[in-house]
Amino acid sequence: MRKAFAIAACLALSLLLIACLSACGRSDEVLYVYNWGEYLADGSYDTMDVLSGFEEYYEELTGRSMKVYLTTFDSNEDLYAKISGGTSRYDVIFPSDYMIDRLRTEGLLLPVNIESVCEKYGAECYYEYIGEDFRGLFYDPDDEYSVPYTYGRVGIIYNCTQVDEEDCTGWELLWNPKYAGRILQFNNSRDAFATAQYLLGIDLNTEDPADWKACYDKLLEQKPLIQSYVMDEIYNKMESGEAAIGAYYAGDFFTMLEVNEDLRFFYPENTSLFVDSMCIPKGSENPENAALFMNYLLSEEPAIECAEFIYYASPDALVFENEDYQEDMGEYVMEVLYPEDFHFAEELNVNGMRNLSPETLEYIGRLWEDLKISGGLPAGVYWTAAALAAVIAALVIYSFIVKRRRARWY
Amino acid sequence: MKKLSGAYLVLLFGFLYAPLLVMIMISFNGGESTAHMTGVSLRWYREMFKDAATLQAFKNTLTLSVSAALVSTFLGTLAAVGIERMRSARLKALVMSITNIPMMNPDIVTGISLMLLFVFMAGLIGYTPVLSFWTLLIAHISFCLPYVILSVLPKLRQMDKSLPEAAMDLGCTPLQSFLRVELPFISPGILTGFIMAFTLSFDDFVISNFTSGAGFETLTIHIFAMIKKSVKPDIYALSTLIFAAVLLLLLVYDLLGGREEDMAV
Amino acid sequence: MKAGLLQRAAAAPHIVWSALFILAPMVFVVYYTFTDGSGSPSLENITRLNAGNYLMILVNSLCMALIATVICFLIAYPAAFIFSRMKKKAQRLAILLIMLPLWMNFLITTYSWMTILEDTGVINTLLSALRLGPVHMINTPGAVICGMVFCFLPYMILPIYSVMAGIDPKLIEAAADLGCSPAQTFAKVIWPLSLGGVISGITMVFVPSVSTFYISQKLGGGTFQLIGDTIESYFTGTAVNYHFGAALSLILMVLILISMAVMNRFGEGEGGEIR
Repeated sequence: MRKAFAIAACLALSLLLIACLSACGRSDEVLYVYNWGEYLADGSYDTMDVLSGFEEYYEELTGRSMKVYLTTFDSNEDLYAKISGGTSRYDVIFPSDYMIDRLRTEGLLLPVNIESVCEKYGAECYYEYIGEDFRGLFYDPDDEYSVPYTYGRVGIIYNCTQVDEEDCTGWELLWNPKYAGRILQFNNSRDAFATAQYLLGIDLNTEDPADWKACYDKLLEQKPLIQSYVMDEIYNKMESGEAAIGAYYAGDFFTMLEVNEDLRFFYPENTSLFVDSMCIPKGSENPENAALFMNYLLSEEPAIECAEFIYYASPDALVFENEDYQEDMGEYVMEVLYPEDFHFAEELNVNGMRNLSPETLEYIGRLWEDLKISGGLPAGVYWTAAALAAVIAALVIYSFIVKRRRARWY
Repeated sequence: MKKLSGAYLVLLFGFLYAPLLVMIMISFNGGESTAHMTGVSLRWYREMFKDAATLQAFKNTLTLSVSAALVSTFLGTLAAVGIERMRSARLKALVMSITNIPMMNPDIVTGISLMLLFVFMAGLIGYTPVLSFWTLLIAHISFCLPYVILSVLPKLRQMDKSLPEAAMDLGCTPLQSFLRVELPFISPGILTGFIMAFTLSFDDFVISNFTSGAGFETLTIHIFAMIKKSVKPDIYALSTLIFAAVLLLLLVYDLLGGREEDMAV
Repeated sequence: MKAGLLQRAAAAPHIVWSALFILAPMVFVVYYTFTDGSGSPSLENITRLNAGNYLMILVNSLCMALIATVICFLIAYPAAFIFSRMKKKAQRLAILLIMLPLWMNFLITTYSWMTILEDTGVINTLLSALRLGPVHMINTPGAVICGMVFCFLPYMILPIYSVMAGIDPKLIEAAADLGCSPAQTFAKVIWPLSLGGVISGITMVFVPSVSTFYISQKLGGGTFQLIGDTIESYFTGTAVNYHFGAALSLILMVLILISMAVMNRFGEGEGGEIR
């Protein structure tokens, strides 16, 4: 009986396996996309699923079937760890400006050639719709390695039921002891250091170790006030009112606002800005498909869907000049995302992050780790642990003595 | 005394099931949040069946854990037989202590050590994007093996050694005697090993985190990536379904097992 | 016996596999520990351990794991005892219910704990409804320990239970007949016989608690790190450095192996078999 059951179970599971494997199917081409979490319209919340959209588009264009696999990262540094480790194959990645600079100078990117690839496949090329402001930027002077996808600035989000309006003057809000335990800080080194750099009036791209050390001290001073170092965890914490203050990227504020109406946002006087672009990492087995994917994301419908889904500003004229898009976003969103008199290229030269020398990067990495591991646990934990260790040691010694005595008797 | 222990068990199960209860409740949430309930609906179950990435991850996980469990059960059963027959006690002890390493080692160290091996090997042969389904499968088989061996070995020890000898005296070849006499006897141990391997592989996150690459995301890795952004309750819906399925399977297994024990008496 | 050779050879695939994928990776951990980025031998990774706060992180992790393990034991021992005295049918059901949470993804259950423990979470909502005021729980060491206990408690209950269920009730009766008080029966009969289960339970809880890296990030808020978090960040995070990460893993591994050896030593003398 039991045996029959065992055999039946094994057979059933093997069948399941075969079914699974065959259900996976074989497609002619595969594309591995490595993106930020929730950074593409994926079919949820009644959006368009751009990945399957691309698969159809590709099949129409070339007659070959395509399967796109998406995996996600949550900081440029994580992305760099994966790409430089070279352990996985990706075809399209979405790094930010300073990281593109780093990947490019280290020879980890392949040229995109979006125009010539489109020509080869007879596809309409949408690259020309990229705004003038987003061409020839410092991280890719010849626009050879990257195609811009989104851009934005860092601002401060706060909960107006917990934070007084008059405290919201600038970066010092993140150091305000009044809100101890309700402040969130970035969980990636460059953005976190940037908050301290603006507070102290230090250049973002300084190569002087003393400057970085000063920022480290400032962050260390802030650590007792911090509830948590977060990246995308900020959503839940701000939405639920668990945290009151956090610095994050402008577009994400609107996603949070949809859930919690008490949230407010402002840009400090000086703040960093970024552009996230699409690149092809070295090791990609089919850069042409990658270029076609990028081109597809620039075309009107997917571009608008994605821009509306993630609420980031888009460098694509097909998006920001589209009236339906402007209407959907509303006046306030448009004002925050696309402020007037804002010239991206000029701003980026002042407030953009650059790649730094390997020595400085190494130093920042160490400071960041030191910051994360500094500070012990509350003394109670050590006392409890010590007491428990003492009790256990006493028990062990006692049992040894008993055993010895017993051994003497027999 | 009886009341006291009853109250104790209520508290214990309350503690163990509180997060599962929260999970199940939120899966029926009408709102967006994973923190507040706003109305009851089946919305997230519908969302889940629309979410291609989650379904793909679930399928991947099943594929991986069934293959890992099958291979490790096969290898592990063979190994248990071999170890049991070893004549040199010292060799036996050595093999057993190597077998135990993945059980003693923290998962994170096992994961990292395998990753370092793969990375280094890939560097040697010059094929760098090495992390894939296959590396994941190797890692899973490696940490499942000891559990299979340790569930089969006791059964082998319990078996009367004269049984296979008798079979051979009656004209069986050694292979026949193994297949017809020993295998049926140790099959409950093999089944336990298979189920353990499947469970461990299905639930593993730490080792997979270090040995998986692009294009093959298991459920736990998918959830890990998702948890960093806002968690959508549809993953709670999937977990609730898995919970229900496991509960059902366990109850069926319990009923079947229970009846057999009665029969055996 | 002809069967002998064939059957002994059956272990060969496993031995080859272990050499390739269990021993060789260990060798690589050592190799990476003692080399630098360019592959030349170096002791820098070891000396660096001394420089920063890394030893303190290790101590922190050990303290947290010790507390979590003891709490698990204190909860599990009476529970296992109660289970082992129940009717057979009820025992099966109880064990099934203990095992069930193990099948759930611990990422999800940890996330649910966040929902429960947060300042605006389930417990605090209940407390403030009862006008007992909010109690701050999340992002404290207590919350992390709670998460660890939840995740690893079944691994403590199961081995203790299986040993206790195997104790012959006649032994206990005999002890009572010979004039033992219940306390003496416990100290002289039940406790020594269950020690084997206790020790394997402690092993199964302590090792994953020391090296956990997800629970502390979520329930501790990332403002204090455990050794697992630090190791992980050297492999996938900001300061990617396989060599130093390997050094940290090596230290952790050696530490755990030593404590396991001590534990097993302690258990052996008492005649409890370690399963």
